[in-house]
Amino acid sequence: MIAYLGRRVIQSLLILLGVSLITFALLYLLPADPVRQIAGRSATPQTVENIRQQLGLDQPFVVQYWHYLTRLVSGDLGRSYIQRSEVTELIVSRLPASLLLMVGAILCELLIGLSMGLIAAVKRGTATDQTLMVASFVGVSAPQFVVGLLLLYVFAVRLSWFPIGGYGTWRHLVLPSLTMGILGAGWYARMMRSSMIDVLRQDYVRTARAKGLARGAIVFRHALPNAILPVIAMIGIDIGIFMGGIVVVESVFGWPGIGQLAWQAIQRVDIPIIMGVTLVSAFAIVLGNLLADIIAPFIDPRIKLR
Amino acid sequence: MRRFLATTVAASALALMLGMASARAEDTIDPNAKQGGAITITYKDDVATLDPAIGYDWQNWSMIKSLFDGLMDYEPGTTNLKPDLAESYEISPDGKTFTFKLRHGVKFHNGREMTADDVKYSLDRVTNPKTQSPGAGFFGSIKGYDDVAAGKAESLSGVTVVDPYTVKFELTRPDATFLHVMAINFSHVVPKEEVEKYGADFGKHPVGTGAFKLAEWTLGQRIVFERNADYWHKGLPHLDKITFEIGQEPIVALLRLQKGEIDVPGDGIPPAKFQEVMADPEQKARVVEGGQLHTGYVTMNTTMAPFDNVKVRQAVNMAINKARVIQIINGRAVPANQPLPPSMPGYDKEYKGYPYDVAKAKALLAEAGHPDGFDTQLFAMNTDPNPRIAQAIQQDLAAIGIKASIQSLAQANVIAAGGDKAGAPMIWSGGMAWIADFPDPSNFYGPILGCAGAVPGGWNWSWYCNKDLDAKAAEADSVVDPAKAVERDKMWSAIYDKIMEDAPWAPVFNEQRFTMKSARMGGADNLYVDPVHIPINYDNVYVKDVQ
Repeated sequence: MIAYLGRRVIQSLLILLGVSLITFALLYLLPADPVRQIAGRSATPQTVENIRQQLGLDQPFVVQYWHYLTRLVSGDLGRSYIQRSEVTELIVSRLPASLLLMVGAILCELLIGLSMGLIAAVKRGTATDQTLMVASFVGVSAPQFVVGLLLLYVFAVRLSWFPIGGYGTWRHLVLPSLTMGILGAGWYARMMRSSMIDVLRQDYVRTARAKGLARGAIVFRHALPNAILPVIAMIGIDIGIFMGGIVVVESVFGWPGIGQLAWQAIQRVDIPIIMGVTLVSAFAIVLGNLLADIIAPFIDPRIKLR
Repeated sequence: MRRFLATTVAASALALMLGMASARAEDTIDPNAKQGGAITITYKDDVATLDPAIGYDWQNWSMIKSLFDGLMDYEPGTTNLKPDLAESYEISPDGKTFTFKLRHGVKFHNGREMTADDVKYSLDRVTNPKTQSPGAGFFGSIKGYDDVAAGKAESLSGVTVVDPYTVKFELTRPDATFLHVMAINFSHVVPKEEVEKYGADFGKHPVGTGAFKLAEWTLGQRIVFERNADYWHKGLPHLDKITFEIGQEPIVALLRLQKGEIDVPGDGIPPAKFQEVMADPEQKARVVEGGQLHTGYVTMNTTMAPFDNVKVRQAVNMAINKARVIQIINGRAVPANQPLPPSMPGYDKEYKGYPYDVAKAKALLAEAGHPDGFDTQLFAMNTDPNPRIAQAIQQDLAAIGIKASIQSLAQANVIAAGGDKAGAPMIWSGGMAWIADFPDPSNFYGPILGCAGAVPGGWNWSWYCNKDLDAKAAEADSVVDPAKAVERDKMWSAIYDKIMEDAPWAPVFNEQRFTMKSARMGGADNLYVDPVHIPINYDNVYVKDVQ
């Protein structure tokens, strides 16, 4: 177990190093000069050169990357080119909002997805099953931008049940969580359905039924706990999808998380922020996968860590 | 010996101007304005910084103007200069020395009185390369600038503190734009002790002399401005509080405005909703339209064949159907026929420009040796509506035989291509177009049409360099006497007329600004489309539902 963990942590660190190198290289190759951007359009060539020197951008790629890495080790992600604030501060101030949204979204997708999958499995082959599966298909394929705006329009503008975007109370959290949750719910509904169908075919379920147990008792007491475990183990892997989703959803709802920060930085070619958010996201994804792998054997004893 | 001005005529003209300025200082207060109240304004993007030496986008531009003051400013809603932190100024006869007398009793938000030392410190700071100010270049005419820019000196030798309320500027050349330079944000006065206390984070903890002070900044969520009760300009600002809510999509902001939750959507009316808003009389009544110091144009690289032939460039000017391009942006612009926008001093009202004439354009192409046209590339920024505008231009060019393939790229990439001599034959400027830093005709020349901008990484994307015009521009800018302003504007008109003869650009349109406000907002319309306090003059607007 310890050896496995050690190996996985080293693997994860290597992945992060790889991500940092690739992102750094891509941003380095970008045909846009950050110095020109900082210096502005009325700068003299001398000002441009001064700034280039101060930022160390006149150094060769390897030196620049090495400087970035050495600072990274001490937790310094540099300063934003446009906002001139420390990237760490910008990310830290926005991280709680993104985490809150993530929790909200996970609750939404589990609640919607698992119940949809459960009902579809129990009603397998019926019109209900088909309707739910079509709905899950729509949920998976609908662009989050459109879903978000639709929810906003119906529930915030028309019905005034929730505020139109923003951050602060639980009511602000509902619509963005739902928008994020609908995508995941589609996946979970499908996984839950097949997992449940599998379980329902098992001998012990047949035995329970033969004993004359009520249908509700069979589904909820015997089948559900077994069917749900493999599905829940997927949450860790989900984080990757979340990181993509928050960029869109946070922008639509004015949610002050790191997705919104990333989107703005991409539009303004603010390289230190893009690097920082990419690394933090990559870290979250790697961590999620690691946790999912570690937790899996506890949930399903058939899985062994090697 | 300095005189109040070069001649008695000019002196009386200036005296009149200053007299008017001080009278106007009271006049600028709207007698109907009510005191108090709070408003909410939304923006999509984070506010980059509130440091006047660094902030350089249309979102923080006016915010900084409300937190800080400069020696000069403009009358609200206009492009007319007036003294601000300065009480009065003198210009030497040779136009190379400017002496400003400061107001007494002006206090920073931290309670300390602002003096001439602060003015000097602020200018030393903005020109110091360590500050990395995008506006340092504006101060190039001040004596000693080159040494500071090169890191050889810490202080501008041309700025002298005569006494606590007098500061003197010596220039290396007469500079007619210097009063404008003293009004741009980069020259705004900052207190040394606060800058040193916060260092690189001063932009997050701004302390100035302005009408408002920063009360709260929650990163990514909101910025709150509070009325500066000690503001030297009595009666201003009208509002007690302004809350800027950050991170709101323009379309969401519009919905919230319609529900009465906010007062101004800072990013304006989203293009997709524009026609809907204008079709609804109730909403349309709350839209304010105004000109802005903007021109959208197509640059043609004059160093690349076939655009090195003036006839080809003139043909392109005649081929573009500007009215149709304007339709694409729902009529939110007026056709342009010269580089300067109509609201800019020096705009030549008599000049008719090139007519839309396909037959004549074809004839010109044939004369240039391209009867069947040619293949070329048109670069454009990849955000709506620019690709659609580029397509319209592409179709217009096809009508005279020019087959232009569109290169639709991110802003930074288009800018990089334009700054490369062999990079881009044609560029549609939309999304990166020139918006004046200050309302002076010279501001549309140097970086974008003069030889100084035709360098690698520069903004003169047509690589047009006419030494003769550079000399004429320098001559016009040496006319410092305000009494000769009209004469100077004429000199600039002639320069732009000559440029249009050479046709390095095809000017397409001048964008109009459309701002929306809630029914409770008061104040003249021109405060909501202020040409300098972009986008809104926060100091002078008020709400009607208080008291």
